[in-house]
Amino acid sequence: MRTGVGLGCRDGVEAAGKPDWGGRHLAEQAEANDGYVSLPALLARNAKKFGASPAYREKEFGVWQTWTWLETAEEIRAMALGFLSLGMEKGDYVAIIGRNRPALYWSIVAVQSVGAIPVPLYQDAVADEMAHVLDNCGARFVVVGDQEQVDKVLEVQDRVHDIAHMVYLDPRGLRKYDHSRLHSMQDIQAEGRAAHERFEVDLAARIDALTYDDTCIMMYTSGTTGRPKGVVLSNRNVIETSKNTSEFDHLRSTDDTLAYLPMAWAGDFVFSIGQAYWTGFCVNCPESADTMMTDLREIGPTYYFAPPRVFETQLTNVMIRMEDAGRFKQWLFRVFMAHAKRVGPDILDGKRVSFWDNFKYKLGDLFIYGPLKNTLGFTRVRVGYTAGEAIGPEIFDFYRSIGISLKQLYGQTEACVFVTQQPDGEVRPDTVGVPSPGVELKISDDGEVFYRSPGVFVEYFKNPDSTADTKDAEGWVATGDAGFIEADTGHLRIIDRAKDVGKLHDGRMFAPKYVENKLKFYPNILEAVVFGSDRAFCTAFINIDLTAVGNWAERNNIAYASYQELAGHPEVYRMIREHVEEVNVSVAADEMLSGCQIHRFLILHKELDADDGELTRTRKVRRRFVEEKFGDLLTALYDGSSEQYTETEVTYEDGRKGKITATLEICDAAVQGGERMAAE
Amino acid sequence: MNDMSPDGYTTADGRKIGKVLMEMKNITLRFGGVIAIKDISFDIREGEIRAIIGPNGAGKSSMLNVISGFYHPQEGQVYYRGEVRPSLRPYQVAQQGIARTFQNIALFEGMSVLDNIMTGRLTHMKAGMVAQAIWRGKAEKEEFENRQKVEEVIDFLEIQNIRKTPVARLPYGLKKRVELARALAAEPQLLLLDEPMAGMNVEEKEDMSRFILDVNDEFGTTITLIEHDMGVVMDLSDRVVVMDYGKNIGDGTPDEIRNNQAVIDAYLGVAHD
Repeated sequence: MRTGVGLGCRDGVEAAGKPDWGGRHLAEQAEANDGYVSLPALLARNAKKFGASPAYREKEFGVWQTWTWLETAEEIRAMALGFLSLGMEKGDYVAIIGRNRPALYWSIVAVQSVGAIPVPLYQDAVADEMAHVLDNCGARFVVVGDQEQVDKVLEVQDRVHDIAHMVYLDPRGLRKYDHSRLHSMQDIQAEGRAAHERFEVDLAARIDALTYDDTCIMMYTSGTTGRPKGVVLSNRNVIETSKNTSEFDHLRSTDDTLAYLPMAWAGDFVFSIGQAYWTGFCVNCPESADTMMTDLREIGPTYYFAPPRVFETQLTNVMIRMEDAGRFKQWLFRVFMAHAKRVGPDILDGKRVSFWDNFKYKLGDLFIYGPLKNTLGFTRVRVGYTAGEAIGPEIFDFYRSIGISLKQLYGQTEACVFVTQQPDGEVRPDTVGVPSPGVELKISDDGEVFYRSPGVFVEYFKNPDSTADTKDAEGWVATGDAGFIEADTGHLRIIDRAKDVGKLHDGRMFAPKYVENKLKFYPNILEAVVFGSDRAFCTAFINIDLTAVGNWAERNNIAYASYQELAGHPEVYRMIREHVEEVNVSVAADEMLSGCQIHRFLILHKELDADDGELTRTRKVRRRFVEEKFGDLLTALYDGSSEQYTETEVTYEDGRKGKITATLEICDAAVQGGERMAAE
Repeated sequence: MNDMSPDGYTTADGRKIGKVLMEMKNITLRFGGVIAIKDISFDIREGEIRAIIGPNGAGKSSMLNVISGFYHPQEGQVYYRGEVRPSLRPYQVAQQGIARTFQNIALFEGMSVLDNIMTGRLTHMKAGMVAQAIWRGKAEKEEFENRQKVEEVIDFLEIQNIRKTPVARLPYGLKKRVELARALAAEPQLLLLDEPMAGMNVEEKEDMSRFILDVNDEFGTTITLIEHDMGVVMDLSDRVVVMDYGKNIGDGTPDEIRNNQAVIDAYLGVAHD
């Protein structure tokens, strides 16, 4: 267990005495090239330029601990030297698995310094998924966070390409393990420091040898449709993209961000390393996944990033707590939120509003919005993004109306994340913005979105067929999403996954995501999967949100013993049916998509889970898989039965399997304009 | 009884167990006419996980209370580190390096988790009441040191997210963990756990077992526990004492106990004369 507070201070001073461990020469070379060609080069620049400003913070033992850029550079140097003494070679693949911690971020750059290629993996992946990725990239080294990850890697090591060494951060529980090929990071760093005379020159030479077109990192796609593919990104991809987008949003070296999204996700890499190294801002790591909300409040990031799911959860929590508040507070909340909804977005965009509206908004800020933002940890947010999936307009507007500059971003791992983003002042819930700097867009004849940019990936690892399918000779990449560019504004609008958009029997358009997002706006609905392609009408699987529905059940004296029982409760069904019918009314209003109204639905007896393969690790629904797995339920939705018995295999967190059985009720929902449909 | 060298033994998984830390010699405990413990002898060795099991009313908790100095046996002696331990008050026992958790959670419900765990450090606080009140000099320094130790325990037991939550708002399983944290904060040589898994679901039991093993592994703490869940006991402990009607009916490794006829009879039932 690490005991030192502010570890690395002494070493940082030491490093200050001799700052040119290859860095100076390198910086000169890079300046001559009018740019920095690798992340280690940027690190050397930052150590010089921002030396004493914070680069990383992590909450440990209840106290925020800080590492400056100078200290960070020293830590990374020690790691890189340690890796050299372990025998890491240029071109080796190094898997990195664990929760967001400074030392893991450092290990990425240390691996690059040596000339090897970092491959971050999803830490919550079950052993089987991990085996696929480890084997696919042929990882020779693995850097992990703790015992849990060590165990998983040991479990699959027979099935994968030879792993030479494994390095862990947290020694807890690992004392009795065989340490012939297992090392603690502290030991590796100490070894690196001790061996610096032997390897210093070699390390400097290796950093110098890095070119703009060398591989920077390999990220695995989340795999909505099949096995994850390794996306190879070059230094050019990462640095150009980080530079362009940092300038687009005027990021500053004094900004703070909270790193809590999976390290294996391209977004986290580009924000917490790419942009952070380019701009020199500080990356803050929470104490543990459970303390994320508290840590968010304590740090108060100025640059914040979250998938829609996080914003949904936060909003749900606010609403639940408001329901428990006194009547006066509820009234105050209602009045001011209504006002914010009306004028808030305009004020945020700098548009003029009447004096009285402005005054009332300021009052609201004093009583409601300010304290609310403080509770949520959003007081200081200057640039906020949501991406990964479409966000419900109501959720989006809620945050913007209370003065949080939340914008949308559309991207892909293959593009180094950024494809389009919304400029300040042009933010709307229904578009994903204009092309990011350097990105060209085109829409193919069948409506699919293509892009070309400096961020476009090099290739899929060991998969030329897929590479050719996705990227053409001119560098245009297919997104797999259907969309169109608005003629007057130039904003891109995404309709749905191109593969998911289909037609109903009668030829009307079917876009499941559109309806699902409307459903998911209701705090009580966590996830929805809508079916209807090549069928006569649409149906849906619904997942209830246990927090919201549980709270509602408590207030209404509805007793339940388990998720399954609550999900099947008639009162819950009645409530969900009301939601579905409201959505139908709103869907019916859209001329083009009025066929997507939900005729029948059921509430699933289990939460869709990535461990069961129903969601990707980034929590997107794997539609085809769900369709197959719950085939019996889907059939029942269409054959008119009123209930269906089903058995489902579930995987527990430790990888064991179990089976749950249930008889699910199937419920009909009223649809709008039914007669018109019948007449057609 | 198993015979082993006075210097200790090596467990199946390769851990070194040391000398005798505590020895019970012919302990008899009576409450009026009721004999709770009848002439029991066994020892606890440094670094081992020692379980006391038995059917309901066998006298397990009484035994634990004897070890923790809460009850004073009418007959027999308790040897601690080779010396006869006189009748001590519980706080004196705590000062000797023995900490415990309770079958029915005994936390300060209105206080935060952090404050509760801080109370575990009381035996390590030397500053006087006045110094504590004005919080200057020694008291301030002590507070820092103790808080650091408490934070290490919080980190160890992974309860960072409830650090500032009042105990009353916690679910049962977490309260148990906080109780363990408080006992650990005292940095005990001997940790007594009274039914640490009672009322837990499978997952919580797994977590708790992991923590118990980690405590033993990481800090080398000797652990004596009472537990009903046989699977847990057999998996966790190095040696087991089995009690029935206040008597010692078996003592040995989990394997020996599994095959002990007296134990099987006690658990599966047999006609009594």
